[in-house]
Amino acid sequence: MNIIRTKDLSLFYGSFQALRDINLNIPEREITALIGPSGCGKSTFLRTLNRMNDLIPGVKITGQITCHGEDIYAHGTDPIALRKQVGMVFQKPNPFPMSIFDNIAYGPKLHESLSKPDMADLVERSLRGAALWDEVKDRLKKSALSLSGGQQQRLCIARALSVSPDVLLMDEPTSALDPASTMKIEELMGRLKQNYTVVIVTHNMQQAARISDRTAFFLTGDLVETGRTDEVFSMPRDKRTEDYITGRFG
Amino acid sequence: MKRRLSIKRRVYSGALTGFMYLAVGIAVAALIGIIGFVLYRGLGHITWEFLTTARSALRNTVGILPNILYTLYIIFTTLLIALPLGIGAAIYLNEYAAKRRLVRFIEFVIELLAGIPSIIFGLIGVLFFIQAMGMRRPSLLVGALTLSILVLPTIVRTTQEALKTVPAAYREGAFALGATKWYMIRTIILPASADGIVGGTILAVGRMVGESAALLFTAGMGYALVTNYFEALQTAGGTLTVMLFVYITEHGDFDTAFAIASVLLIIVLLLNIGVKLVKRRLKKI
Ligand SMILES: Nc1ncnc2c1ncn2[C@@H]1O[C@H](COP(=O)(O)OP(=O)(O)OP(=O)(O)O)[C@@H](O)[C@H]1O
Ligand SMILES: [Mg+2]
Repeated sequence: MNIIRTKDLSLFYGSFQALRDINLNIPEREITALIGPSGCGKSTFLRTLNRMNDLIPGVKITGQITCHGEDIYAHGTDPIALRKQVGMVFQKPNPFPMSIFDNIAYGPKLHESLSKPDMADLVERSLRGAALWDEVKDRLKKSALSLSGGQQQRLCIARALSVSPDVLLMDEPTSALDPASTMKIEELMGRLKQNYTVVIVTHNMQQAARISDRTAFFLTGDLVETGRTDEVFSMPRDKRTEDYITGRFG
Repeated sequence: MKRRLSIKRRVYSGALTGFMYLAVGIAVAALIGIIGFVLYRGLGHITWEFLTTARSALRNTVGILPNILYTLYIIFTTLLIALPLGIGAAIYLNEYAAKRRLVRFIEFVIELLAGIPSIIFGLIGVLFFIQAMGMRRPSLLVGALTLSILVLPTIVRTTQEALKTVPAAYREGAFALGATKWYMIRTIILPASADGIVGGTILAVGRMVGESAALLFTAGMGYALVTNYFEALQTAGGTLTVMLFVYITEHGDFDTAFAIASVLLIIVLLLNIGVKLVKRRLKKI
């Protein structure tokens, strides 16, 4: 089952075309890795999936993206409802300057009004979901900025989980973290895919190979190749994919 | 060759350092001298009666209670008008306005406004509020309206600066959770820039406390005691700085002038301590 499909998706920043006719299917409850050299459009593509590019002036999008079969750029589609369904974790951990508890409660408060115990419950569940509960359960009222970088990133994952999305978009979520924190988050992603569809951008080939089920290779705005990760890595169909994966790329 | 250069350089840098010390020394000495002189001349004339009564021609006593109250009323009223306007304008300019050209033009106008001598604001106050809008005579309200225009640039600029310091990552984080723009501004941007906004507000209050030219003909020089706020708004009343001016020019009473000056200095000092405390409080999270 493909939860997200893009059809001939192109994106322009003003007159500069950053994506060219992308056709990519993202299957449910799997991890899809987006790889490719810097500037090839991975982040741009990821951000079209929850309409974060709407916030940048001068962006034009053609083609179609469907989520659960619905066109997300159709007239009358609510980007806010979409972003509840399609959550996002950024490269640099970006907890809000408030308490750990309030960080997690921020999203749910937007969409529903919960009683105090229900909210406490939801906060605990989200933190457990991001494997952070045990480390912070005694300091929920403390500032989120007092956490370590790795903990902050897991907090951001918990925050994304708090509004129960179907899809999690992650843009190089471990590139600002140390190896131990990276390991923790990779383990976490293995567990997350039981309940969520994950799309992750990574520059780390080993990471893509380790954790993802499918891989999509981008190059200067084109989707060059996509397939099962083991296949893409062991027998790439395209010469350019092979060059990139084997590190023979400029 | 190399040696000579380095000696030359050392002499040069030594002279420069000496000059800087001299400049700093002169500035500090002047500051301490002025403050010391004002307090020396003024503190002795500050009595309980001086602070808690109105001036009485009958008993021939001098008191500044009404003027302290007027000063506070004007500050309060001006903030009531200028804060929502200024913060609102800054939010619009930074977060909503899409036309960069228009924003730059407005910012330019605000910059100009900030550079206009305050006596001209007084003139505008008289012409616009008193004559054109039919308020007929000076009052605290007219003074506060005039001051609002005067401090608006300060509030807009400092708020804009404060808003700009909020990392873009917070905004993205909130949007990615499905926040609307206004909700994001209310819950993330404004709290995160609160200390900058408070700092700018106190800067603006400092300007109000020190202002006299813009108030002389708009708020007036009255010194009758009116404690009711709403009544006072319609009364002509002199703030502390205006009264300082009046006591010197009309009465030649330098003792009272220096006493008022001392009170003003103390208020400014308290304001500065207030800023420090507020900023520390807000920094905590
Ligand atoms: N806001 C923007 N305005 C104009 N051009 C942009 C903007 N954002 C990205 N681009 C351009 O679009 C292209 C794709 O950028 P994108 O950030 O998607 O690359 P990326 O694959 O994520 O790179 P990296 O691996 O370095 O993160 C780049 O050429 C970039 O310069
Ligand atoms: Mg990127």
